Amino acid sequence: MAKKKSKEILFDPLFENNPITVQVLGICSALAVTVKLMPAIVMALSVMAVVAFSNVIISLMRRYIPMRVRIIVQLVVIATLVILVDMLLKAFAYDVSKQLSVFVGLIITNCIVMGRLEAFAMDNKPWASFLDGIGNGAGYGLILIIVAFLRELFGNGTLFGHKVIPQWLYDHGYMDNGMMLMPAMALITVGIIIWVQRSLMPQLTEKE
Amino acid sequence: MDLINIFIKSIFIDNMVFAFFLGMCSYLAVSKKVKTSLGLGIAVVFVLTITVPLNYLLNKYLLEPGALKWLSPSLADVDLSFLSFIMFIAVIASMVQLVEMVVERFAPALYASLGIFLPLIAVNCAILGGSLFMQQKAFTNVWQSLSFGLGSGIGWLMAIVFLAAIRERISYSNVPAPLRGLGIAFIITGLMAIGFLAFMGIQI
Repeated sequence: MAKKKSKEILFDPLFENNPITVQVLGICSALAVTVKLMPAIVMALSVMAVVAFSNVIISLMRRYIPMRVRIIVQLVVIATLVILVDMLLKAFAYDVSKQLSVFVGLIITNCIVMGRLEAFAMDNKPWASFLDGIGNGAGYGLILIIVAFLRELFGNGTLFGHKVIPQWLYDHGYMDNGMMLMPAMALITVGIIIWVQRSLMPQLTEKE
Repeated sequence: MDLINIFIKSIFIDNMVFAFFLGMCSYLAVSKKVKTSLGLGIAVVFVLTITVPLNYLLNKYLLEPGALKWLSPSLADVDLSFLSFIMFIAVIASMVQLVEMVVERFAPALYASLGIFLPLIAVNCAILGGSLFMQQKAFTNVWQSLSFGLGSGIGWLMAIVFLAAIRERISYSNVPAPLRGLGIAFIITGLMAIGFLAFMGIQI
């Protein structure tokens, strides 16, 4: 793990070591924001920013943090960054910030952030930690965007709020599947994504 | 009646897991055995019941716009609500630490079964989520927030015990290899969430 190349640090978390489907981190906030594409993208960018910068900050301080109180130190750094993100969203994207409601605040307890701080930033240099943060944020965002794309397309027939399913399909009896907008279908969609991914990458299959 | 309504609603309709996906990380990681998931569930109920009313008081008398009026009238337009994330998480982390120490001192048997889960709870999103939803719902008195905290905790406990029971059974059946473990857990949770939709619209 010590001497990974920057490229690997950046791209591993996208597929092979994806935070959601493989490391099982940060599912909490991942699913609730995926009804529409726009909030999902905003959420992905916010998480990416928080992971990357908290990784850098903790990595810079890693020699000075006493082991016993490190969780509190990490939480304070994360909470500060999340407050910044929340205020930026409220200032520049008020509608989306209203839709995300409590889930921006929940980035604090998003296990991706804590998990990466513990697993990576505590014993790596700042630049590598930054790449790790960007990579994991992107891996998280990728799943969010796939789920949101499927749910908005089949649930509403729209993407980013624009109609994409042509009218003649509706005339022939096509209907939007309201079920896709229910929370339950987010879970099942992620389950299916995991299934597809593990069929393509058999090394990830769980033995038991 | 109002209190009972909030209580029932937070267990069945606004269930932390099935409606808001909160606490999913530990929900999926710890739900392999009924016994351990029961332990974690009880710890979550415990901490939620303490922290939600506490954060309610904090929010009402310190953080809300105009909340500092009781100190002196000149502070009436101070708005500290931007501090709420950091205050809530500090309360949660320190309460978890305190609960851990108290339980260890006075109930060693309980500590032996809950001990390993308590530190995990500080970063369980269901706990912070409980406080953030409480802030959003604008309860009028502290008992409502207490009933909300207790109800959400019990809802979470129920969800994790159910999933663990199903997972114990499912280990005997022949699930397709790529779906084993995480994949099937997601799909089961999804199906359970569909089942819980049946409770929608209950009013007492």
